[in-house]
Amino acid sequence: MSATQETPAQIPVTVLTGYLGAGKTTLLNRILTENHGQRYAVIVNEFGEVGIDNDLLVESDEEIFEMNNGCICCTVRGDLIRTVQNLMKRKGAFDAIIVETTGVADPAPVAQTFFMDDDVRAAAKLDAVVAVVDARHVLQRLEDTQEAEDQVAFADVILINKTDLVSADELSAVEARIRSINPYAVLHHSERCGVDIAKVLDRGAFDLDRILSLDPHFLEHGHHAHECSPDCDHDHDHHHHDHSHDHGHHHHGHEETHSVKSISLTAGDLDPEMFFPWINQVTQIQGPNILRMKGILAFKDDPQRYVIQGVHMIVEGDHQRDWKNDEPRESRLVFIGRDLNWDVLKANFKACAAE
Amino acid sequence: MPIVAPMDVDGFVVRAGFLGDAAYVATGEGVIHFVEAGETHLAPHKNGLLAAEPSIDGKSLITSGDDGAIYASSPDGSSELLAERPRKWIDLIASGPNGAVAFASGRTAWVRLSDGREKEFAHDRAVGGIAFAPKGLRLAVSRYDGATLWWAGTEGKPVNLTWKGAHLGTSFSPDGKYLVTAMQENALHGWRLSDNQDMRMTGYPAKVKSFSWSVKGKYLATSGANAAIVWPFFGKTGPMGQSPLQLGTRSDVLVTAVACHPKEEVVALGYQDGMVMMSRFEDNAEVLLRRPGGHPITSLGWDNAGLRLAFGSEKNDAGIISLQDG
Repeated sequence: MSATQETPAQIPVTVLTGYLGAGKTTLLNRILTENHGQRYAVIVNEFGEVGIDNDLLVESDEEIFEMNNGCICCTVRGDLIRTVQNLMKRKGAFDAIIVETTGVADPAPVAQTFFMDDDVRAAAKLDAVVAVVDARHVLQRLEDTQEAEDQVAFADVILINKTDLVSADELSAVEARIRSINPYAVLHHSERCGVDIAKVLDRGAFDLDRILSLDPHFLEHGHHAHECSPDCDHDHDHHHHDHSHDHGHHHHGHEETHSVKSISLTAGDLDPEMFFPWINQVTQIQGPNILRMKGILAFKDDPQRYVIQGVHMIVEGDHQRDWKNDEPRESRLVFIGRDLNWDVLKANFKACAAE
Repeated sequence: MPIVAPMDVDGFVVRAGFLGDAAYVATGEGVIHFVEAGETHLAPHKNGLLAAEPSIDGKSLITSGDDGAIYASSPDGSSELLAERPRKWIDLIASGPNGAVAFASGRTAWVRLSDGREKEFAHDRAVGGIAFAPKGLRLAVSRYDGATLWWAGTEGKPVNLTWKGAHLGTSFSPDGKYLVTAMQENALHGWRLSDNQDMRMTGYPAKVKSFSWSVKGKYLATSGANAAIVWPFFGKTGPMGQSPLQLGTRSDVLVTAVACHPKEEVVALGYQDGMVMMSRFEDNAEVLLRRPGGHPITSLGWDNAGLRLAFGSEKNDAGIISLQDG
């Protein structure tokens, strides 16, 4: 008898980001107390005001593991690896995992953990990054800190909270600013995080489809004052991560804001022989500047949709499902990042089109 | 022919082995199964169980859980609370000489001496693994960028061993000459303690999560490849410049657990697909102990005589394999 190889379901993980006071704890408390039929294991940075008696609530001190000489693309959260492994000893006791990050946390290492660590990857999959922003303070935060901008840029879902504390005009300004950083995130408004939980959790492919069907209008106000020249001039193997390289120049200045931009590229059928070498090269060379990358792709002679996503240098892709008959076979790829050469990206993506 | 006696367990097996003649299987659901003449079930923890380690005297099983408690449980069905750190997930335990028990959560490790006194050891970064030296109440704590050797019984100064990267599980060689750590990268690191000489043992396709010293500590068997990778630790230089033995090689299935036989130079191997085998160092001779099928093997443990092997997997499989008929 050969082994019955059942593919274990990966537990969906929602990463919750947001500045101190934005309302993350309020949202968490709602998720933990409301009757929605789902059981969540929650990893918090401190118990603080999450006043819930839940044996699957765990406090975890942020432990950044730098691998391969400290390239930002190769940092992971050691504490998350450990906690996810511990949770897997009680698989069956919960349906999904929520990770709350500290207000100033860089979301990249959190997201990268779910791609780079083999054990975590086997056990869990990143479902969505949810950012909670405070409608009254977010504009100032975005001026002051790069972390706030990173959190918005990284998000799949953004909850603009405390909308009762601002005027309609102020809210429009907030929304426009957030859209200028990340036109692809799904936006929700809330007062005291009063949002339908189902719109925040377990989004998965649904949002990817929705996000990529949007045709975002670009707000052209990026100005490239700060050239960081972060070429990561090394080979990057996405599965072994055993490269060695030196670079310690990722100290972005906090004076620079408005630097995150995005681009949506479209094409028909792609030639995989052209596309994969290109995407590997782009992410290797420009990885430090790519915050998020996601796409749904149609490959020539392939009846299935190919879904791809990335964080910095990490790229993950897989076949999702057959293209439906009434669905146009269209490839769409989105980049959100800093200081990317948008015209070159566009031209090179076009060059991957199947003949 | 080896005989497999399956056990009825639920969930993830954290640890399987023997206390004297009693087999034990401890699961992540929090249940400790003892099998001797009959079967006894214990569930000392409020919720799940994260780590389990037999005491050095082989009389009790020390367990820790997400309730922050550390218990010593015996096959007679008794459980004693040894220590408690409310709201902490205690996921690392080590048992030491003279009834000492070490445990860790986050950045702190503690040693509880047999008289109940406790000592705390704080670190700047998370504790990745803990192990007692074979003699002298010395605790090794592996951590980010190296390991620290603490004296648990006296006020001696700690020794810091440095190597860049995240160090996880750790173990002393039985002669106390070497300290080995498994790293976040797919590698082992080692230090020769006489002169802090570094040793790198690399080439693994996966993280090393299980290691076991062979009889008299001559070899260290490890998981993390499609064979047991067995490093020589005899002679003056140990594994330096040596190639490891590769035992029980399979084309595309990873070894997930190893346990060296207590008397012979033989290692038991558990694989990703639930297969269990044993292999002899000398000639690679192999004996199949359990056919593939089921979930990755998480733990293996021999009885003292080396005639029975307890095993457990990630999901609902556990049992006892007897090498002798009847």
